[in-house]
Amino acid sequence: MIAIYKRELRSYFNSMIGYIFIALVVAIIGIYFMANNLVGGYPRFSHTLGSIVFIFLIAIPILTMKSMAEELRLKTDQMLLTYPVSVTKVVLGKFLAMVTVFAVPMLLAAFCPLIIAFNGTSYLGTDYATILVFFLLGCLFISVGQLVSALTESQIIAAFGTFGLLLLLYLWPQLVSYLPTTAWGTAAALVIILTGIAFLLYSMTRNKLLSLVVEAVGLIAIVVGYLLAGSSFDRLLPRVLSSFSCTKVLDNFAAYNVFDLGGLFFYLSCTALFLYLTVQVVQRRRWN
Amino acid sequence: MIEVRNLVKRYGDRLAVDNLSFTAEKGRIYGFLGPNGAGKTTTMNIMTGYLGPTSGDVIVDGRSMLEDPEGVKRFIGYLPEHPPLYIDMTVSEYLTFAAELKKIPKSRQKSEIEKAVEYTFLQDVSGRLIRNLSKGYRQRVGLAQAILGFPEIIILDEPTVGLDPKQIMEIRDLIRSLGREHTVIFSSHILSEVQEVCDHVLIIHRGKLLANGTPEELERQMRNTTLELTVRSSSLEQVKNMLLALPGVVSVVEDKNDQPGQVSLKIETAPDIDPRDDIFYACAENRTPILTLRGLDMSLEQIFLSLTADNVQPADSSVFNQFGKQEVEEL
Repeated sequence: MIAIYKRELRSYFNSMIGYIFIALVVAIIGIYFMANNLVGGYPRFSHTLGSIVFIFLIAIPILTMKSMAEELRLKTDQMLLTYPVSVTKVVLGKFLAMVTVFAVPMLLAAFCPLIIAFNGTSYLGTDYATILVFFLLGCLFISVGQLVSALTESQIIAAFGTFGLLLLLYLWPQLVSYLPTTAWGTAAALVIILTGIAFLLYSMTRNKLLSLVVEAVGLIAIVVGYLLAGSSFDRLLPRVLSSFSCTKVLDNFAAYNVFDLGGLFFYLSCTALFLYLTVQVVQRRRWN
Repeated sequence: MIEVRNLVKRYGDRLAVDNLSFTAEKGRIYGFLGPNGAGKTTTMNIMTGYLGPTSGDVIVDGRSMLEDPEGVKRFIGYLPEHPPLYIDMTVSEYLTFAAELKKIPKSRQKSEIEKAVEYTFLQDVSGRLIRNLSKGYRQRVGLAQAILGFPEIIILDEPTVGLDPKQIMEIRDLIRSLGREHTVIFSSHILSEVQEVCDHVLIIHRGKLLANGTPEELERQMRNTTLELTVRSSSLEQVKNMLLALPGVVSVVEDKNDQPGQVSLKIETAPDIDPRDDIFYACAENRTPILTLRGLDMSLEQIFLSLTADNVQPADSSVFNQFGKQEVEEL
């Protein structure tokens, strides 16, 4: 794993990608830091970080697009998979290399609260907690990008796919608010989701009976649930789905100065989930 | 030693590898022969753990590829069809990476890399970026990573493709020297190469193992059991009876012959008896002059062609007839 980590890290700095990524993130943080804190005189760096999550949408795809896709294109995955190293270690090594590249601008950002402190009042506790959670959100988005990169051998597709997915995650809270809130609207949306799941199941297993059974059981559950406890369907979807909002945790830290421990675990477990899915994608390709 | 057990690989409806089993021993060189799309590369990819089999297993040193993949992969060095090279690294950086990934102890890494570089004649380019190397050199870098650390089993997928004749000779020499102490399995579609280098030939076609043995064994097995005889005679029956009385003659069938006063026959013989001497003496005794007597001596090339010809029985295949007949005796 260390060998892969070292190789990946070196490749980011042998090519322009590492430098471009770092320059971009540093530039945006710098501009917002200057405008908000230095010129604007606002003492909280956490607010600055909270307002520049959009930088991930552009920077993360640049960082992650080649991580898995390039191996497929150059067929170097054949080397990694025939060497005595597990897929998990390959994926982890690559992930940690990207995290290390991302840590460089974050280390630079860690100076910002100190600069504020030298010039007057500062809130070092909230600022550093927010830097940590901003970093973890970046790691989560990196794992999303890595998963998308594992699905294709084209870096361009990986970059655009990651951008699209991150955009979805970024806009999630707003999108969720457009979901139906009435009980029957929720029931209808659940049926649509259920059908989607059944279709996905069919396309993965090619088992008609299984997916039909799933669809039928789900339908019955929804109808019975709606008839017996229709009121609990009120705002069910927005309530459930908004808890998957990735940016909410950062907002808790940055805007409300709340140390959201559960949110930290949410970030870490989502990152682990996406890394696990990446390993599964690579494994699945071997068995198809 | 590597053992392939009942390997099956299915892509959708297509059967790429169909119940393949064989064993490869230490200190021997195995040649994998087969036309394009025969399943050579798929088999090698499964043997090295790159692909998972639909069913079956690969056993190395008592370990199963399915249960202990990392343990098995430690014994195998693999050069795939396209050498898996990181083109943004120099040759020595790349080989250092390969050595670390192969878990070669730090103290031995340098000497192992030097050995591999020496074996593949890469001394002059070790500081250059792989991106800037020619195809021949890239192939050799790929070979260097495969033999790095000298694993017990070395699997090479078409190692000589795209090389110039001198490089091909060098790689063949390399394979020969590796074959003394390792199990070397390599695929090729160049028959002369296989015949020249291999101790053992595996012919696969449509995912099935058609032949398995030393080149000599295969030639012996495939030695023709059909003779073609044309004699000057007016009585077909008489010649037939005469031939059938000889030891080793299994059946005699009339063949087309438009010439008056000539009789052509196809003689099926037992595989272990060569009745040609007896046929000659019997014909002489009966004053039946032999005009032609043809037998077949198959080279590896003909064995290969006849085995892999589709929908045709080996002995009747048109490809086989075109290349396979050698005139043994002619009057």
